[in-house]
Amino acid sequence: MDDLERLRKGEKRWTESTLGKALRTHPERIEEFKTISGVPLKRFYTPTDVSSLEYESDLGFPGEFPYTRGVQPTMYRGRLWTMRQYSGFATAKETNERFRFLLEQGQTGLSVAFDLPTQIGYDSDNELARGEVGKVGVAIDTLSDMEVLFHSIPLDKVSTSMTINAPASVLLAMYIAVAEKQGVPMNKLRGTIQNDILKEFVARGTYIFPPAPSMRLITDIFAFCGEHLPLFNTISISGYHIREAGSTAIQEVAFTIANGIAYVEAAMKAGLDVDAFAPRLSFFFGSHSDFFEEVAKFRAARRLWARIMKGHFGAKEERSLMMRFHTQTAGCTLTAQQPDNNVVRVTLQALQAVLGGTQSLHTNSRDEALSLPTRDSVQIALRTQQIIAHESGVADTIDPLAGSYFIESLTNEIETGALKYIKEIDSMGGSPNAIERGYIQREIHESAYEFQRDVDRKRRIVVGVNEFIADETQTFDYLKVDPKSEEEQISRLMKVRDTRNEQDVEEALDLLRAASEGSENLMPAILAAVKVYATLGEICGVLRSVFGEYKAPDIL
Amino acid sequence: MVTLAIESLYISTRGSPVSNPKRGGSLNSTKKIRVLVAKPGLDGHDRGAKVVARALRDAGMEVIYTGLRQTPEMIVRAAIDESVDCIGLSILSGAHMALFPKVMELLKKEDADDILVVGGGIIPEDDVPGLKKTGIAEIFGPGTPLESIIEYIQSHVRT
Repeated sequence: MDDLERLRKGEKRWTESTLGKALRTHPERIEEFKTISGVPLKRFYTPTDVSSLEYESDLGFPGEFPYTRGVQPTMYRGRLWTMRQYSGFATAKETNERFRFLLEQGQTGLSVAFDLPTQIGYDSDNELARGEVGKVGVAIDTLSDMEVLFHSIPLDKVSTSMTINAPASVLLAMYIAVAEKQGVPMNKLRGTIQNDILKEFVARGTYIFPPAPSMRLITDIFAFCGEHLPLFNTISISGYHIREAGSTAIQEVAFTIANGIAYVEAAMKAGLDVDAFAPRLSFFFGSHSDFFEEVAKFRAARRLWARIMKGHFGAKEERSLMMRFHTQTAGCTLTAQQPDNNVVRVTLQALQAVLGGTQSLHTNSRDEALSLPTRDSVQIALRTQQIIAHESGVADTIDPLAGSYFIESLTNEIETGALKYIKEIDSMGGSPNAIERGYIQREIHESAYEFQRDVDRKRRIVVGVNEFIADETQTFDYLKVDPKSEEEQISRLMKVRDTRNEQDVEEALDLLRAASEGSENLMPAILAAVKVYATLGEICGVLRSVFGEYKAPDIL
Repeated sequence: MVTLAIESLYISTRGSPVSNPKRGGSLNSTKKIRVLVAKPGLDGHDRGAKVVARALRDAGMEVIYTGLRQTPEMIVRAAIDESVDCIGLSILSGAHMALFPKVMELLKKEDADDILVVGGGIIPEDDVPGLKKTGIAEIFGPGTPLESIIEYIQSHVRT
């Protein structure tokens, strides 16, 4: 009889005698235990649950294939994760002040939130921008705003992440132009643009152009950066918004990787060598509330991506196989009720991300179910990361939960579940087709609805919302964006339009139109246009007129 | 694998023919409450709007969802064309103080302010009294049970 057989027998004996006796007098709290994503949970896990695990091929060593244990050989012993708070509101001047405050407080990277008109390629004076200017992020109309945004911030010293998708080329071009004015060459720039349009179609909604020209803009960026910005992450393939829209953990991994596959295929089809662009692909996940499931999710995602890049795409470079990712604690878990409790939620979620081996982290602020965060709230959120990093000791051992029967079993389940979805999407012709058919949107919506019903029926307890409710009179100090900042931004824009050389702008826009009607890389023409202070709206306007606009299918 | 039970879902698409129910008419016990769930502004966060739309449908209402990026003008037009009894507005971008009152102003102008209007999203408590003054009946913040929204609409629509 081998060891596993003996164990199985032992477990059977335990179930019948010890457990049976206990259950008769002390029944369990609920009949069926599941993770927040619905993965059924056993009472406990033993070596029999991970009997198929091969240490070297399934876990390996840190910094080596399949990267289950982390992408760097020393992980946080070498360098801590980048503490990067997503931030931006009102005008460039106010956001620049918040950036400098965060850097003074020990933040190690910048992350720019743009307002919705910027994200959708409209100038601040556009009729559709009414009421939205400077609300969810900073308003950027021209290079002049970008110069103010990074005033006194040396771009060769910080890495900057920009949450920008449809007009990513334009904002990247402005960043390059500001750096040039600071005397920093492109090849020194470090940072990330989100540039992930597929998840905009399914979960986040800031699309502009139809899928085909959107993919062209993305692969143009891959090619341009491969040549000129070797340190810049050209995309952040994002599961975060898919999860926030209501998906499960397995769906988050599956749909994100399916989108990743689509980008790799598009770039290879455009003639790029996989090892020329894949090292600069990066990822972004949420960290939701189910502690162990989330740790397992990060490990599973990393392993699955490495296997696909090596096995399916034949990538050779080590960096092509590594899934490097940013994490944000899950905004959808924040409660408007008893907002201070959110500090505790965020702490746990941040810890999960660190135990899962994230490369950078944003911790949400306690007041974000109510408004943009105040400076004090952001400071607590940043301190949370610093306490985990410097006081808890969790950063000193690499992948410390590895080898737990439970964690390894859950890691396997998430990888298997995600792969099943990816195959399903593949059979539909890949994620762009699955999105067009509304398949991914429907899957996410189903999960979101089910989750809400579980909360409403108290199958899931949310402290302060459906249980442990307190009478509260809200005495929170909100961050309010002054409505005057919309007017201020519009008058700044007018001033730029009045002082720039109109002829230069027209010529640059004509060249851009010609380029977009052809097939050449669009980055040089966009860079030339931003340098003569063409506005974001004008540049996107040219592209809109050539490419058309995406119309979302009616899906509910 | 999550199964797709969605085919059974009735959500009419914009502009689909409707059986001409006259808004503001006398109470007809067989008439279903018609609701327009709308996303004004540029905000792309539609998880809440879609979940609420689905719940209202499951509660027996006829629900029309506008999709993203609707101007106040588009919303008011759709509400009148579809003869709805209620409009549910959802904004998470902070533009509610500019866009909600605009919807109310246009409804008055079109003499359609008998339509019950409710709102939801990320809306600070301090903004609620001002919004109610413009005629918005209720604001449902994060954490509101679906049942509360359903009951509120059922007991407040003027059909």
